[in-house]
Amino acid sequence: MHDIKMLTSRALVRGLKSGFWRPLSSTSGVQVAHGKDMSFDVLDCSVPQYNNRLDTPLSDVPFVRNLNSEQKQLKEKENGPWTKLTKEEIIALYRLTYELTYPEMRRGSSEWKTVLGGVFIFLGFSGMLVWWQRIFVFGEVPHTLSDEWVEKQTQRMIDMRINPVGGFAYHWDYVKKQWK
Amino acid sequence: MFRAVVRLSTSGVRSLARTRPCFSAPLASRCYSHAKVETDEEFDARWVTYFSKPDIDAWELKKGMNTLIGYDLVPEPKILDSALRACRRLNDLASAIRILEAVKDKSGPHKDIYPYLIQELQPTLTELGISTPEDLGMDKL
Repeated sequence: MHDIKMLTSRALVRGLKSGFWRPLSSTSGVQVAHGKDMSFDVLDCSVPQYNNRLDTPLSDVPFVRNLNSEQKQLKEKENGPWTKLTKEEIIALYRLTYELTYPEMRRGSSEWKTVLGGVFIFLGFSGMLVWWQRIFVFGEVPHTLSDEWVEKQTQRMIDMRINPVGGFAYHWDYVKKQWK
Repeated sequence: MFRAVVRLSTSGVRSLARTRPCFSAPLASRCYSHAKVETDEEFDARWVTYFSKPDIDAWELKKGMNTLIGYDLVPEPKILDSALRACRRLNDLASAIRILEAVKDKSGPHKDIYPYLIQELQPTLTELGISTPEDLGMDKL
């Protein structure tokens, strides 16, 4: 009765923990930390979307659609000779149309560290459970596994010549009375 | 009875083999496609013409560029020159820089292609005022 109560509370704790841990690698905080853009709630899939793709350099729509007044002025300046633009203006123009540069698209994230850490934590937790089980749940091993029983058993097996060709008694030297 | 069947079937097979054109003349005609293969020069000329259209619109530039990057090749400088001039006509400096980034990425492990392209395109880049991603520090993270 007492054991069942302990087991159910253990299961409850484990259930709570997995419910708590499951959204951990996909929460927006962690995704922003790993470098994803989470500034929108719902994508409108009925209109062309912006996307960062290595195999599609020019996206269907520019990244920033709604330009404020100074961005509009910059766009006007783009209509003139490009030699007149400063470096900062050129970078600003690029960032208006494209979110990520190619190196930024190719950069990996550190998500694997979170995943590996989570895996090890769960493995450790399982190890804890197994250890607790070993101490508090399992009884003693049978007496036939004790050292003196195994000794007598081995001697009996040698006397009976168990597997004399390729197995057990083959490895016993009956002349020198020792293992080969 | 079996011998008769075999005799009939072998003669049938022989006549079948005779009517198939592919095996009639040894090595003269293989079963290859008869489509004409486009030479490299024709390919380049076609793409230069595509981007040289005076009233090219933004969609055509995007479509052309995305298709070109989809091919298993790095475009010749003359194609890129034509594409960069199309960007100038469309007043799109960001796309011009994007094209340069894309061909650098397309070269993959062959690191000597991109410097060659920039060297060939340098007159156009200075004329139009396009800075390379390296000039802008955008090739680093």
